[in-house]
Amino acid sequence: MANLKTVSKKSKAQSMGMHTEVLTGRTQQKFFNPDEAENFYYFGTYDVDFNKRTELDVKDMTAPEANKEIDNLMSQGYGTIVIKNPQGKHSLGVGILNKLNLIFEGSLGYFGMGSCDGPIVRINGRVGWSCAENLMAGKVVIEKNAGSCFGAAIRGGDLICKGSVGARTGIDMKGGTIIIGGDAGAFTGFMMQRGRIIILGDVGINLGDSMYDGTIFVGGEIGSYGSDAVDSELTSSDQDWLKRKLKVAEIGENFDVSKMKKIVAGKKLWNYDNLEPTEKKGAI
Amino acid sequence: MCGIAGLIHRGKSSNVGSELQGMLQALKHRGEDSTGYALYGDTDGKNFIMRFKVGENVGEGSSSIMEDVSVYDERKKIVDETLAEMGAKVVKEERTLPYSLRYEIDYDTKDLLDFSQRIESIPGVEILSMGKSLEVIKDLGNAKMVCDRYSLDKVVGTHAIGHARMATESGVDIKSAHPFWGYPFSDVSVVHNGQLTNYWNNRRVLENKGMRFMSECDSELIAVYIAEKMRHGATLEEGMKESLTGLDGVFTYFVATKDSLGMAKDTMAAKPLVLYESDDLVAMGSEEIAIRSVLPQEIDTYDPFDGEVKVWQI
Repeated sequence: MANLKTVSKKSKAQSMGMHTEVLTGRTQQKFFNPDEAENFYYFGTYDVDFNKRTELDVKDMTAPEANKEIDNLMSQGYGTIVIKNPQGKHSLGVGILNKLNLIFEGSLGYFGMGSCDGPIVRINGRVGWSCAENLMAGKVVIEKNAGSCFGAAIRGGDLICKGSVGARTGIDMKGGTIIIGGDAGAFTGFMMQRGRIIILGDVGINLGDSMYDGTIFVGGEIGSYGSDAVDSELTSSDQDWLKRKLKVAEIGENFDVSKMKKIVAGKKLWNYDNLEPTEKKGAI
Repeated sequence: MCGIAGLIHRGKSSNVGSELQGMLQALKHRGEDSTGYALYGDTDGKNFIMRFKVGENVGEGSSSIMEDVSVYDERKKIVDETLAEMGAKVVKEERTLPYSLRYEIDYDTKDLLDFSQRIESIPGVEILSMGKSLEVIKDLGNAKMVCDRYSLDKVVGTHAIGHARMATESGVDIKSAHPFWGYPFSDVSVVHNGQLTNYWNNRRVLENKGMRFMSECDSELIAVYIAEKMRHGATLEEGMKESLTGLDGVFTYFVATKDSLGMAKDTMAAKPLVLYESDDLVAMGSEEIAIRSVLPQEIDTYDPFDGEVKVWQI
């Protein structure tokens, strides 16, 4: 080990075994080890058959009753479930942790599809506030508009709204992709930490305010930039990715992505060194 | 957290009392300390309708002081005498509850300021609304309880706004309940969801200009603020647009007049609002389930953006 009294602070940290690469976001990803597949068990999941289809009318059900029935149907192996008459009820379809084709024939209220991991969802209507909050994986497509806090704190998956969305879209998101076909409100990407947001239309004031990391692509006009959100060069690989993503999302396939603006974190607002406070103390 | 709802029929009348009851009842989980209705009913437009209270509901959950009913009778008597002195003739009188009254008044004036000041100078008396179409009815409890208590489900009119309240910074009483009348303007009412952080500064300024506050509820500021703008010649829409910068805090609010309904959302879009708009009906509420109570079929709704002001005519 080097003499800590004589080396520079940076080398001192390295000598203590601390990594010093430029931080572009700390990964929370855990890699799957095939050797441990037998030991892997995800509580509350079911093996479902996508060809086994059923319908569920939730008109006279409360949200907990409807969610319990969806769980019951999955436990019977139904892999495609069509929900009739959701009528703007809150908290429908939350906590689904396995693959599933879920179709809502109507609109959802607040917190629809929250805390899900894996389902493919199509909502033939509108969604209220905080749709797909904490989404881990899967795909959620909304055919109409969405309320505020769309995709709050998502960690993965694709969240697509073909209409317009309210304020604070992608707030605190930590991964995944959010695609908006229309306009987005104020504070889009507020404090986002990772992931990507694509907005084909206009976006409101304070775009990307206080963002740590991640990328926002905007096709229309920007109301104003938030604190520490800055323009960045749109590369050819960005354009290729955007084309691919918009095609897969069934939205804006012919959109001219070359004119999109790319916004990233300026990285002046937050402390972007790679040391935790306790590590810093040791290194100083 | 409170819930607000409103609707306006364009070119026709409907059972707005029952419709608003359904919308507000769907929002009762957002607060049921008190519920209020501002209903714009079909009238011949000749007489003023004055809704006023001579005391508070002191039932369970109320933060008001218990009073003997005889005090209410005494206050009512003074109101009657004052009206007679001013030359206002009571054409019809209804006393739904001991503390809540509805008068139809034959009174010829365009300036309600002096009229209101004289009535409200009687201790314990507050005008809830004054207008030729507007009636503000508010009381403790959820939407259905208030609707049943005042038989509002039969009211036919063109538009209405209402409020389901979770009391936070002021008491559980009728004076702090919404909607607020846009004193001293005939047929103006306001409901609000949110918090105003420059309430006291604005209140002091407006009181110095002669405006009156009946409660310490921050939402009352919106009604007084817009009324003061209109008093100086601004249109409803102009007053509402000025409020986006004049009022600090987070808010979504509705204002209704005799022939229009407006909404405004603060520049941070921190409070919810879902809106449905068609050629013959506009319905809006804090949550979509409120709209669903009058339009159960699949419809297109959206969230207005930050800093948005909209006004619709009947």
